[in-house]
Amino acid sequence: MAVMTYRAALNEALREEMQRDPDVFLMGEEVAEYDGAYKVSKGLLYEFGDKRVVDSPISELGFTGLCVGASMAGLRPVVEFMTFNFAFLAIDQVINNAAKMYYMSDGQFPMPIVFRGPTGAALQLAAQHSQACETYYSHAPGCKVVTPATPADAKGLLKASIRDNDPVAFMEGELLYNVKGEVPEDDDYVIPLGVADLKNEGSDVSIITHGKMVHVALQAAAKLDKNNISADVLDLRTIRPLDMDAILETVKKTNRVVYLEEGWPYAGTGAQIVSMIQEEAFDYLDAPILRVTQADIPMPYAKSLELLAKPSADRVVEACNKVLYR
Amino acid sequence: MAPTKTKNKKASKKDVLAEYGVSAELAVDLMRDMLLYRRFEEKAEEAYAIGRVGGFCHVHIGQEGAAAGSIKPLRNDDYVVSAYREHTQAIAKGVHPNAVMAELFGRADGASGGRGGSMHIYDAACRFMGGHGIVGAQVPLATGIAWKIKYGAEDSVVIVYMGDAAVNQGAFHEALNMAAVWELPVIYVVENNGYGMGTAFSRVSKTDMAAKPVPHGVPASVVDGQDVLATYAHFRDLVAEVRGGSGPQFVDLQTYRFRGHSMSDAVSGTYRPTEEVERRKEKDDPIVVLRDELLAGGQLDQVGFERMDDEARQIAQDATDFAEASPVPDASTLYDNTWAEINENGRLFFDGRDG
Repeated sequence: MAVMTYRAALNEALREEMQRDPDVFLMGEEVAEYDGAYKVSKGLLYEFGDKRVVDSPISELGFTGLCVGASMAGLRPVVEFMTFNFAFLAIDQVINNAAKMYYMSDGQFPMPIVFRGPTGAALQLAAQHSQACETYYSHAPGCKVVTPATPADAKGLLKASIRDNDPVAFMEGELLYNVKGEVPEDDDYVIPLGVADLKNEGSDVSIITHGKMVHVALQAAAKLDKNNISADVLDLRTIRPLDMDAILETVKKTNRVVYLEEGWPYAGTGAQIVSMIQEEAFDYLDAPILRVTQADIPMPYAKSLELLAKPSADRVVEACNKVLYR
Repeated sequence: MAPTKTKNKKASKKDVLAEYGVSAELAVDLMRDMLLYRRFEEKAEEAYAIGRVGGFCHVHIGQEGAAAGSIKPLRNDDYVVSAYREHTQAIAKGVHPNAVMAELFGRADGASGGRGGSMHIYDAACRFMGGHGIVGAQVPLATGIAWKIKYGAEDSVVIVYMGDAAVNQGAFHEALNMAAVWELPVIYVVENNGYGMGTAFSRVSKTDMAAKPVPHGVPASVVDGQDVLATYAHFRDLVAEVRGGSGPQFVDLQTYRFRGHSMSDAVSGTYRPTEEVERRKEKDDPIVVLRDELLAGGQLDQVGFERMDDEARQIAQDATDFAEASPVPDASTLYDNTWAEINENGRLFFDGRDG
């Protein structure tokens, strides 16, 4: 095991996959000469040259569409969005072209392509730069969605995403890039898509979550533990494919569930999962499932307000107490 | 179609072929292609009228010269990307008329297995890359296919078609900018029929069509798409240039549609007068223009022309019969090809029905 940052783990995954497959290339704003807006692509230009590490103009729709076309013609592009906030300009290419092409063409054109970059709020960036975007992508059949929370998951899941034959929205966290963790040194460390990970084991309540919120859930679990409540923290890791077996397992174990996510509540990932749990494990529930989400407002700038709007460990603890009727 | 004229405006028809460097055989071939496209689209219209073809259906009648002349110079390993008025372009690139008609019918033997319909015809083997329904969104795609050609140091080229309305989309401008910067082997072709649906181009653009690519450093040229020989010669030269490494090109391929925007629209009406359509049909039918040239030049006689027309009608009829006989897609295939890779773990389908 090596200890490295989430950023370095992503960098390693990109480097190894580009070494492994000459059809893989990286395109995006500032990925080459600037070494990446968040330095995820640091050093890759030097190693692979400007044919495979390509600075694009600020044309999200355009370079996304270009990469979708390159994928259609047989390459395996990795598109870097400086953040997913800017990917709204390109979502027509992701949904209407990348996600639907295989079906519309009756299987003639597989679309291996990864759209990656940070999603969710950082610190005081206000509404246009602070939003969790995963449900826009998980809504559409044909698009897989991956949300790694730790350096090891970032590496193993990015490698799996690049090797997958479908479009993958790979959503990182701006505040995760400096998080350190142990990463297996195996240069073929791949985590299959669709496998959730129990990040904390408990028996009283299940906190199910994904992405950056895994860390908030773990803080909440630590707080609960001081009151002798033990929580399962289930990290979905991938939203689509979704590890429903793992979800049902924790539900059947604790019978009480809180879903935690960074995005808005309306038609959020939690809404989908609550629906599936009530459908498939209704008799195992001892309390209604609660959700903890961002406040249902555009993100405010003021630090005091931003703190109120974001999901917090305290709000998760509160929700856990409610489902435990404490 | 207008009756045969004995006189044509040009002095010597043999000279026209010579001027464009087109052999008699090739000219007759282009005639045959255009007749097939006309008769095929007429069959598509009939099938639509009796409910065999559903959804949106945009026919190419009047624009056959644009398809025949521009695709003829391509090799099998060149790529074509189009928008949603693409039946004849698919046939021109080698997709079998039966597969195109069966797709219109939504049948299992259709080019896209009945998943795409009129607007989404694909054939990977022919490198016919769709059939796209969002105005302008196919333009970056084609640019990416050209990127792949350059990436692999191949010598194919890409032609991408769009309607005149597409040049007002951001996708168009972003794509041309990148193609110019990276010198990609792609020809952007506006099939300029003067109207984006019911909106005359002059009402939505202050500048001329040929001015659109210029700010991006992409050279523009203009050609009369109703003159298939001129169109062919223009594209033959342009394809050679682009294959030789000239970088991207833009063509204002001027044409005219003799029908409504789609099958559900009137041919003329509030946005263009009936007299305009009638005048263009009389003067600018690409089939009549070439026929008269070939008859006057002696490369074709009336009997030969009629025989070719009968053959075209037969191919269109055969395509219709094929489509009619083809089964509807099996219900068990509803979920097929949603995903290229069904992961071993986790769920990919969420509708509660078994994928």
